Amino acid sequence: MEPTKTIWSLLETVYDPEVPVLSIVDLGIVREVRMADGHPEIVITPTYSGCPAMDVIRMSIRMVLLQNGYTDIRLTTVLSPAWTTDWMSEKGKQQLKAYGIAPPTPVPIVCDLGLFQHNEAIACPHCGSYHTTMISEFGSTACKALYRCEDCREPFDYFKCH
Amino acid sequence: MNARHLINYALHLADNALVLGHRNSEWTGHGPILEQDIALSNIALDLIGQARYLYQYAARLMNAAGEAPGQESPGRWMVGATGSPVTEDQLAYLRDSWDFRNCLLVEQANGDWGTTILRQFLFSAWQYYFYRELRGSRDRELSAIAEKSLKEVTYHLRWSGEWVIRLGDGTEESHARMEKALGQLWMYTGELFLPADYEQGLVPAGIAVDVTQVQPLWAARVQEVLNEATLTVPTAVAQKGGKQGRHTEQLGYLLAEMQFLQRAYPGCEW
Repeated sequence: MEPTKTIWSLLETVYDPEVPVLSIVDLGIVREVRMADGHPEIVITPTYSGCPAMDVIRMSIRMVLLQNGYTDIRLTTVLSPAWTTDWMSEKGKQQLKAYGIAPPTPVPIVCDLGLFQHNEAIACPHCGSYHTTMISEFGSTACKALYRCEDCREPFDYFKCH
Repeated sequence: MNARHLINYALHLADNALVLGHRNSEWTGHGPILEQDIALSNIALDLIGQARYLYQYAARLMNAAGEAPGQESPGRWMVGATGSPVTEDQLAYLRDSWDFRNCLLVEQANGDWGTTILRQFLFSAWQYYFYRELRGSRDRELSAIAEKSLKEVTYHLRWSGEWVIRLGDGTEESHARMEKALGQLWMYTGELFLPADYEQGLVPAGIAVDVTQVQPLWAARVQEVLNEATLTVPTAVAQKGGKQGRHTEQLGYLLAEMQFLQRAYPGCEW
């Protein structure tokens, strides 16, 4: 296997600590893997500027690579192009849903300035109903909004478009 | 290009974000309802995250230039005086109020929920149009930070604008409080569009945003939301000086709390 491919597959085992079913590769924050003289450089981008998970993620990347015999690991953070939920893999979206978090909609419509907009219907991850209401645009973490299902009455997180 | 101007510019933008982020974080655990407490805490986190990127950049610039901050001021011995490299933490925790270059608006006390919301709205509207322009900066670092931050600020501006409307066009009580908040805060908005020397010095090279160009965009947005909120724009003489380190007394109290731990236990980590 190509050396960078091995690293990509190792990174598949590093999870977002806030959403422990989603690997950082499926989340779309690993932008590039480079090798120079046998030493890896991992280029990552944050989801949100203040995301407190980034420090843990950086440490986890370092740990998994060290455990697999890599040394002199370089971790580079880039801000541009800015992360978008479009970079989340289809597999990642399915895993989110199975975990009880509604995945981001494929076509984001509430990413502009219009006031009091209604997002397109977000399906409840528990019962599948589209009869849902937004409670708050800001949820338990920066990347999520808070919703309620009007059919099964369960509240749920929606991984909001960004 | 003047390296000192760029350092001051990065610090100005970082201080804006940190000070408002800290003010908002004072609400954590005290919000009127849980969801809005969480919303404001999320906004605080975004702002502090943006501040970190800007402080990291300022620190790199300072180390490259071999400069310590506030060389003209009595605070200079606090940072970079030991010969060790300047860090983001030192810039946040070890400078005094005369070294902070944030605008006066962001340091104003939280007041009631309406005042906090209005302060956020007035600032987010500025930050939105400002970052939109800064994306085109010839400085790649600033342009990348702007691109990242703009997405976050879009949420802040929408959220705070909706609340200004709910409260302004709400009950008699909420309307009266919003009118009062507007009277208290409006005088600090003029400064947002008065360029400091370090901003002006960076405009010709295409690095800094010409804030006078941002003014009409900001005014149109603010007017639109205030109209919808049935609030009247007051007239007030612009208060200024924050960008040059001349602050209202509010900032001192904020720093006393925010910097306490690093002042009492220098270098403490947890």
